Amino acid sequence: MPEKKEILRGAEIFCRALKDEGVKHLFGYPGGAVLHIYDALYKQNDVEHILVRHEQGATHAADGYARATGKPGVVLVTSGPGATNAITGIATAHMDSIPLVVFTGQVPRKMIGNDAFQEVDSIGITRPCVKHNFLVNDVKALATIIKKAFYIATSGRPGPVVVDIPKDVTADSCEYEYPENINMRSYSPVIKGHPGQIKRASKLILSAKKPMIYSGGGVILGEASKELTEFARILNYPITNTLMGLGAYPATDQQFIGMLGMHGTYEANMAMHNCDVLVAIGARFDDRVTGDLEKFCPYAKIIHIDVDPSSIAKNVPVDIPIVGDVKHVLKDLNKILNSAKNKLDENRNELELWWKQIREWSSIDCLKYDRTSSIIKPQHVVEKLWELTNGNAYITSDVGQHQMWAAQFYKFDKPRRWINSGGLGTMGFGLPSAMGVKLAFPNETVACITGEASLVMCIQELSTCLQYGTPIKIINLNNRYMGMVRQWQEFFYSGRYSHSYMEALPDFVKIAESYGHAGIRIEKSGDVENALKEALSMKDKTVIMDFITDQTENVYPMIASGKGHHEMHLSSERELA
Amino acid sequence: MKHIISLLLENEAGALSRVSGLFSARAFNIESLSVAPTEDPTMSRLTLVTTGSDAIVEQITKQLNKLVDVIKVVDLNEYEHIERELLLIKLVAEVKEDHDAIKRTVDTFYGRIVNVNDNLYTIEITDTCEKIDAFITTLDDRLILEVVRSGASAISLSDKAIQS
Repeated sequence: MPEKKEILRGAEIFCRALKDEGVKHLFGYPGGAVLHIYDALYKQNDVEHILVRHEQGATHAADGYARATGKPGVVLVTSGPGATNAITGIATAHMDSIPLVVFTGQVPRKMIGNDAFQEVDSIGITRPCVKHNFLVNDVKALATIIKKAFYIATSGRPGPVVVDIPKDVTADSCEYEYPENINMRSYSPVIKGHPGQIKRASKLILSAKKPMIYSGGGVILGEASKELTEFARILNYPITNTLMGLGAYPATDQQFIGMLGMHGTYEANMAMHNCDVLVAIGARFDDRVTGDLEKFCPYAKIIHIDVDPSSIAKNVPVDIPIVGDVKHVLKDLNKILNSAKNKLDENRNELELWWKQIREWSSIDCLKYDRTSSIIKPQHVVEKLWELTNGNAYITSDVGQHQMWAAQFYKFDKPRRWINSGGLGTMGFGLPSAMGVKLAFPNETVACITGEASLVMCIQELSTCLQYGTPIKIINLNNRYMGMVRQWQEFFYSGRYSHSYMEALPDFVKIAESYGHAGIRIEKSGDVENALKEALSMKDKTVIMDFITDQTENVYPMIASGKGHHEMHLSSERELA
Repeated sequence: MKHIISLLLENEAGALSRVSGLFSARAFNIESLSVAPTEDPTMSRLTLVTTGSDAIVEQITKQLNKLVDVIKVVDLNEYEHIERELLLIKLVAEVKEDHDAIKRTVDTFYGRIVNVNDNLYTIEITDTCEKIDAFITTLDDRLILEVVRSGASAISLSDKAIQS
């Protein structure tokens, strides 16, 4: 006798499917179109719902959760404004290829298109910023669509998937069966790299005299840090990471020569400019990384490994493209390289000369800043945080100067510890994403390095932090300016600081206290370390540390737009010969 | 250079807008687009004509391939193929010479007069896009009342079908 399947309502199917998918946390905000679902959530204990205070916070929190754990972040919002508020977070995840599954409520099917209350075309509005989206037209399709959504979000090049569920579908009933596997004729990501291409690449890699490894966020998403580290170590080649790739290779290792790009290190950018073979791994040649494309890596043959064929040769022509999962491709490459050590010995002298050159570039100490200042230097705060957390904290950030200082001065030795909006550059990301990370890892130190302009963009989530007991440490590098806007206005607009000064700022200590947290205001450089120690010792408290920092400090070094990697600007006091 | 790209698409609501949205979002050129279901009603065939450098057309095919509803993408320029577009056009003859010119031009282009109503001629031509362009430019602008073009359809002459 065939097993009799349960008949469930759409709302119950939603909850059961999440359970069967292994979802532990759901970030959401209720509203009319999702009330049936919220009623079903009330009656179950498998999935913990985290009530955010704004839907943007839900998507960022789920995003932070996903970046830190590698598991998909899951969001539930209502129709109309619930969906539109979530868009910024969805687009943020899309630009950085983060797996999210976002459920949006929709008005009942018969009202779609009638300009009903809280109706918006969520499918249309999210289409350009999702990997895929679904409108559920029939309760019988719901379980399969949820399975497909998780499969698409997490496979190949990951990304956000939106599932739009009309209210009446959540009231309808049908037999529940959650599919074990999904097979889609229109979607099958490539995993193994082409063996011929891998062989060609290994030959070129071994022939290099001035090699360079440039790896990005794809290595972290593809869980390939171990393979990348082995790859670099076999070869003893210099390696740089993109902003999104930090932590994929240990930053304290001597082969690591810093981040590259607009605010990358001098040595990384000079090595890019002068290399003869460039191995790009899980990176997408973003404009903040390449500088002027006309001047990009003029002497290099380029190998590019990426799971997404459309990333290859999009901005920069490539000599040897390899489409495949980075972990698989690197494993295959390492196997070949391990058995070709004698070939490496042949080039040892050239490689030594190349390293000598790179060490000379490093000796410029491009990240130098005034360590004697009594005014708080933001770099000093990040450096101290790194020391006091032994480089082991999860660090989220917002967008701007503080983000660059975090990337430059917090040396990430492990993947998934550096959580920032690299692609979309979303202010307001830091606080909710830190909350998401802390939920995933309650015993780890989670700090949000932010600035006063970014922090206030999603400050309402302090309330969520209190409700769910997610004690995060907020490092507010408060320079009373939108720092990066101010920096560009100083450099490129003759110091006309148009609307970049934050007048009438709140008292951040009182804000922290009014939300039930702790606040510390730090005004002198000498107090930085003790304040950080104090905050870190308050294990159960969310703490806002309001560091009153040097207003004139700029992020250096810098490649201005239209310049190449070899045309870096070191600082206002120092110019290159 | 002109490229004809043939797509197999899941026949689902919104699939077409994923394709057209991609072209506008990435500033790709689109000259014509035609779409209809295939012998398998779950799949649609979409034929689109675009222009761009090799690098841009490579990006177009890659980006199209990335769309989850797209089953197969083929740049027909890489195959021997035939291309056809349907033109429906209304022409108005004002003087006797116009009637002659219309009939002569339609004959020259192997077209068909499908309806005549006093001075109004409705004409059908099926040919390559270039031939249809040529037909329209050959006619005196003064004669043309309305032009409707289907956009190109194209099929490879290979013994294999473009299938999923």
